Amino acid sequence: MTLASSSNRRPLSVKLIRIRSLVRKESRQIFRDPSSIAIGVVLPVLLILLFGYGLSLDVTNIPVAVVLEDPSPEAADLAAGFQLSPYFNPQLMTSMAQARELMLDREVDGIVRIRPDFARNLSLGNGEVQILVHGTDANRARIIQVYAEAAVGQWAARQMAEGRSISSGPVMVRDRLWFNEANESRYFLVPGLIVLIMTLIGALLTAMVMSREWERGTLEALFVTPVRTDEILLGKTIPYFVLGLIGLGLCILSGRFLFHVPLRGSVVVLIGVSMLYLLVALGIGLLISSGVKSQFVASQVTLLVTFLPAVMLSGFLFDLRSMPIAVRLITYVLPARYYVALLQTVFLSGDVWSVIVPNAAVLAGMAALLLFWTRAVTKKKLA
Amino acid sequence: MLDAILRIIALTRKELLAVLKDPRGRFTLFVPPIIQCLIFGYAASYDLTDIPYAVLDQDRSAASRELLFRLDGSGVFHRTADVDRLADLKAAINDRQALLAIQIDQEFERRLQAGLPAEVQVLADGRNSNTAGTAMGYVGAIVDAFNVDWRASHARPLPPSPSLPLPSAAVQVTTRAWFNPNLETRWNMIPALIGTLTMLQTLLLTAMSVAREREQGTFDQLLVTPFRPAEIMAGKAIPSVLIGMVQATAILLVAQLWFRIPFVGSFVTLYLGIALFLLAAVGIGLLVSSIAATMQQAMLYSFMVNMPFALLSGLTTPLSSMPEILQRLTAINPLRYGIDIAHRVYLEGAGFDQLIPDLWPLAAIALVTLPIASWMFRHRLT
Repeated sequence: MTLASSSNRRPLSVKLIRIRSLVRKESRQIFRDPSSIAIGVVLPVLLILLFGYGLSLDVTNIPVAVVLEDPSPEAADLAAGFQLSPYFNPQLMTSMAQARELMLDREVDGIVRIRPDFARNLSLGNGEVQILVHGTDANRARIIQVYAEAAVGQWAARQMAEGRSISSGPVMVRDRLWFNEANESRYFLVPGLIVLIMTLIGALLTAMVMSREWERGTLEALFVTPVRTDEILLGKTIPYFVLGLIGLGLCILSGRFLFHVPLRGSVVVLIGVSMLYLLVALGIGLLISSGVKSQFVASQVTLLVTFLPAVMLSGFLFDLRSMPIAVRLITYVLPARYYVALLQTVFLSGDVWSVIVPNAAVLAGMAALLLFWTRAVTKKKLA
Repeated sequence: MLDAILRIIALTRKELLAVLKDPRGRFTLFVPPIIQCLIFGYAASYDLTDIPYAVLDQDRSAASRELLFRLDGSGVFHRTADVDRLADLKAAINDRQALLAIQIDQEFERRLQAGLPAEVQVLADGRNSNTAGTAMGYVGAIVDAFNVDWRASHARPLPPSPSLPLPSAAVQVTTRAWFNPNLETRWNMIPALIGTLTMLQTLLLTAMSVAREREQGTFDQLLVTPFRPAEIMAGKAIPSVLIGMVQATAILLVAQLWFRIPFVGSFVTLYLGIALFLLAAVGIGLLVSSIAATMQQAMLYSFMVNMPFALLSGLTTPLSSMPEILQRLTAINPLRYGIDIAHRVYLEGAGFDQLIPDLWPLAAIALVTLPIASWMFRHRLT
């Protein structure tokens, strides 16, 4: 009775001392294990460089074959239009068979075919240009189609300006791309990348820390000490949270100064929501590792629930609204979708509170749920 | 020789048992590839099926209504806001209520009637500029169709000018796509997943299986048995390749039975290609495991190689848009060849001779990584 009540009234400072020593132990483990540093520091830098310099959805210098079956000056002029375009890297030829060969070997991604009767039909008002694209990469193929049609359209407009034929329609679309006037895919790839890195740092690093202790039996040793469950969990969370913040800092600095992605919102909001997401990611990792208790299974589960969903189902590359309802419901469960919405808004649009508040609230709720759930799973008892 | 084969078989059996006897292990290896293939098959598409838009129609004429009606009737566009002020239009984009904002000026119909070019302004949310660009392309197509019909129904006498031929579009563009006639992203994505999903898991599996033995101390026992390092290597590699083949089969079945993507190649070619691809992936996994001292390290290092491999494989962004140096670096990426093999055999029906540019680099990767890994079993530094 007296023992129990005295343990309840244990001063807070003792608790803090225990947490501090757990944090110190965990931090030493991190610093002495090169792999943690690799994930926390090297991987972010590597990925930033890859994304910033390497990945791009912008299509330029598309290799195409322009088949000139018509020797007329109009046809030659149209072909020259493709040579002038920054989007195309055309090879002129006169044989369709040769072009077909190149396409099958993937030397070219498309064929622009100007048939023998092009000039004659053009004078009758119905000239025809055939565009063939290699459809294996459907997205790229569609972009090539659009660009090729635009190149033909521009040529036709030039012809019109020279008073030869009319082709532009009565209604003209004037479009503007907001938040990304230059249409740089890097602008949305870099925020997406931060999501990926935060997910990985948070979940990967913690995915094994609890299962490792279960497997080695060191958690049992901790059970006989006065340390309590939430103190163990805090001791595990704090060091990795700090490591995650270092990764975040690297990402933001390089996105801003290396790749000149505009930051139109405030830094405080950016860091605040990132901390929330980091807690969620840590929560996922801790939950997996305390629930699964086997490092082998924990590693596979983490791979499945973190990396690919963060790429495919977060809205970072693929539009969420266009997914079928069943898939869209799944994306609501994944924290990455909220963080992607937040980052794209804070980076490219500004502090739009109507986007920030609801998304941040969901992340906060998820973080609380995951950490409480982890606590419930990690009982101080033997399996 | 026979002894060696028997030993390898024994080790393979033991290895398969170690991985598959845990029901959770079985589950994580065989169920998720199928589920992921289903989900990503639906999710991973750059095609848009739902574009919310806001509109500011200052003209409110028959012509502007007709144009908007066409957008609504397309089945893709749906109107989320009909606003009166420009500020509301901007707010709709800011709040992510709308992906596009369309503004039609007061002059719209009058200018059309007068034969002057009438403008429609389209603002797009560039936070994901790729999606926005696609959506603007859709608007362009609908406006083109509107133009054609407007011309047909409002054919007015042109000012007599002999140099102007018919006012219909002078040049018509006809397009056709090979190997994927409807340009469905899914046809590109699912065969690519055969390579991606199997590589991610088998590489991790291999690295972890060696690291587990190291951590539990059983690897030292293995080293004092009559097994030669090459045999241990084979005993670790074969089970992973087998598991990868089963995963590939599962994805292949989903692709054909569920998504009904026509398979035009030969299964023998595909399986031989996948086997070589998996051997290269497993070789890299074994190399990773020889650097890792613990399971934690094995897992983290596996991710360090898996992630760049996946991102630089051409799965989500085209290889040809990457800078020259990176394109050359992808030469050591087995996934790049694995995806290419899957695409070419599955969609194009390529035969062995056409796959040689993909097959020899894979063979080279396997021939470099596997011997190094087996040498490292005994000569680890730490």
